[in-house]
Amino acid sequence: MTELPPYAEMIGARRNDTTGEPMLSLSWRTTIQGRVGFIHGGVIAGLLEMACYEALTREFRDAAPPRFKPINVAIDYLRGGLMIDTHAVAQVIRIGKRVANASAFCWQDDRSKPIATARMHLMLDR
Amino acid sequence: MESPIDFVQLMGMTGGHSADLGLRMVAQGEDWAELCFDYDPRLTMNAEIGILASGPIISLIDSASGAAIVTKTQRVRPMATLDLRIDYLRAAKPGRSITARATCYRLTRNVAFVRCEAHDGDPDDLVAYAMASFFFTGD
Repeated sequence: MTELPPYAEMIGARRNDTTGEPMLSLSWRTTIQGRVGFIHGGVIAGLLEMACYEALTREFRDAAPPRFKPINVAIDYLRGGLMIDTHAVAQVIRIGKRVANASAFCWQDDRSKPIATARMHLMLDR
Repeated sequence: MESPIDFVQLMGMTGGHSADLGLRMVAQGEDWAELCFDYDPRLTMNAEIGILASGPIISLIDSASGAAIVTKTQRVRPMATLDLRIDYLRAAKPGRSITARATCYRLTRNVAFVRCEAHDGDPDDLVAYAMASFFFTGD
């Protein structure tokens, strides 16, 4: 398993294997704060994107994954991110020859109440 | 034209994630704001190649968008990002500062609509283009 990117370390994101999914988790720290008392929307977006990369990497199992290049991302913010643990997991919707489509969501204490969702297209650089 | 708004104070850019990224105000107008951050290896997806992660670019765009809305409303109203869509037009060159110019092109009672361009030195050669909407949560 490869190391998470430097940006993951900067915001404090880590892999979380408790459910067997390619989940990422993030603990509160003041350096991820946007408006006072809430996580910055960019941090949530960054976490959702990395969750997409995690899910895609898993699709390639033992084979070396291609390089992924982001094409675009659309994020819906559903609830403010509070000063507690945050989790994100993604699902690969389709992998084509050159383009992949993934869908990610992010929640805090209640998985049935997502705080943000994202759709993403990525170029596969084989 | 009213005096420039001190976003560094107003938007909490002296602390939190904006400060950690080193976001700073570059310029502002009647309905737009330009913010930037300098390249830092901590912000990368891949330290060897030096390609920036998307998170910092989206944070920059999100903050620039909020600032653009404040220039248009001329006051700070509590707001939340509803949605944000970004096209990555090309990879930013390693080592370059990223600048985002957001324009609030439409304001309604409860919602602000923003578009934003990001570049790594040449405003005519964009690295990203984004659109976002914001909801005024209070007052």
